[in-house]
Amino acid sequence: MSDFTFLYRGRDTNASPEQMQKTMERWRAWFKQLGENGHLKDIGHPLENTGKVVKGKQKFVTDGPFAETKDVVGGFTLIQARDLEHAVELSKGCPILEVGGSVEVRPIQALNM
Amino acid sequence: MVAVLTRIFGMHNLALAEDVVQDAFCRALEVWAFRGVPENPSAWLMTAAKHRALDVLRREKTARTCEPELSKWLQSEWTLASEVEEMFTHDAIKDDQLRMMFSCCHPQLAEEAQVMLMLHILCGFGIGEVASAFVTSYTAVEKRIPRAKKVLAGSKRLFDTRASSEFSARLPAVHRALYLLFNEGYHGASAESAVRAELCQEAMRLAALLLQHPLGATPASYALSALMCLDKARLPARLDAEGKLNPLSDQDRSLWDQALVGEGLQLLELSAKGPDLTEYHIEAAIAAVHATAPSIQQTDWEKIVPLYDTLMSIRPSPIVALNRAIAIGQREGPERGLEALRAITDSERLSNYPFYHAAFGESELQSDRPAKAREHFSVALRLSRNPMERQFFEQRLNVCR
Repeated sequence: MSDFTFLYRGRDTNASPEQMQKTMERWRAWFKQLGENGHLKDIGHPLENTGKVVKGKQKFVTDGPFAETKDVVGGFTLIQARDLEHAVELSKGCPILEVGGSVEVRPIQALNM
Repeated sequence: MVAVLTRIFGMHNLALAEDVVQDAFCRALEVWAFRGVPENPSAWLMTAAKHRALDVLRREKTARTCEPELSKWLQSEWTLASEVEEMFTHDAIKDDQLRMMFSCCHPQLAEEAQVMLMLHILCGFGIGEVASAFVTSYTAVEKRIPRAKKVLAGSKRLFDTRASSEFSARLPAVHRALYLLFNEGYHGASAESAVRAELCQEAMRLAALLLQHPLGATPASYALSALMCLDKARLPARLDAEGKLNPLSDQDRSLWDQALVGEGLQLLELSAKGPDLTEYHIEAAIAAVHATAPSIQQTDWEKIVPLYDTLMSIRPSPIVALNRAIAIGQREGPERGLEALRAITDSERLSNYPFYHAAFGESELQSDRPAKAREHFSVALRLSRNPMERQFFEQRLNVCR
């Protein structure tokens, strides 16, 4: 078993409260399923669309991340899977795909120093 | 509400759960004072409690210390809100109440303390109401409840209603608590009214919850539900048009709820499985005789007296002895009734119970000794616990003139 991160992009933040609730129900069901099958290492959190970006040696602080909404990371989860292929398979159940978003599946790197 | 919140925060945070409920009520008082009472006050309170629970979970991270399976979902913003939402749904609340019922019946607590706790936490009984349900003093209950809460808080997890042996072991205490709850409604000592149908309703609802659970649907559970149905069926006639207490002999039996009688008889039949004979079986059988009798004279007292004898052997109590004596009086005349009343052992425990003295009064009255009857009814009047009882005993006193 290896660890992977799911990075979610393109969360629909303009949805009506009813739609939101429905979507969150779907997320919850999906997480529960991952949890039951032992794939959930850390469920993580959703992220606000706003924040600050700190950059460079000068430590410039800007409002951000002003990218297109669909490109902003909207949340993360830590997953346990056999390999990358398996992790990708698991990601296909993510409700964000139903609303035109994406899941980025990234293996956690072991830094051997 | 406390049941749901305790599941969220964990049993050791019982006090926190109670605080959240308290908070919700305080907010209600503030907001309702300005905007008036909302259309659905209980839904409003639930929502307020829900929001408060979310606040507390976010701020204090109490979820970490409750069940690991649950805390996983409560620790992430992905699932926190919807998880709490889920716990406030109708079905989840039903489960939580069942779980809380059984949690209160902690083996380290005396049966009495378990019941007190249940009435207090789950049914919203005040200290005074719990005390009167147990025919005991306010101060005694005031001391026992916090002590019992401490024991509950010491147990790390809530009762698992799927564990069959624990479930069966605790079931009798749950029965007893529901029985007392029902009786508090039926013979209530509340200040405002003699009968509080909503308490009876509450007991019946919780008992029905038990019947829905595969391990809870035992013969004793059926008998208890039967008893409640058969007694409740007579409630519409228990108070007259002016809200005065109406004794069984004077009740308009056409007001009895025949649908409930039918349901009760059916449940009684379902209870007749297996070798267990509980006090609920006997009491339901007695109630069935009353519920199917066309009048007090045509009541089958021949059947009722031996049922009380059996009840005395299963669960002797001064109150049962009192009812048995009244039944004997009906079967064999007031003089024999008086003998049976005087023969009650432990009668000092009844000395504050108004109907004990009233029973003497009725027998003396029937024996044509109104002066003696007057004395007894005067004592009953002095001990009456609500305006209904007072009016009733005053009316009995007038009859003695």
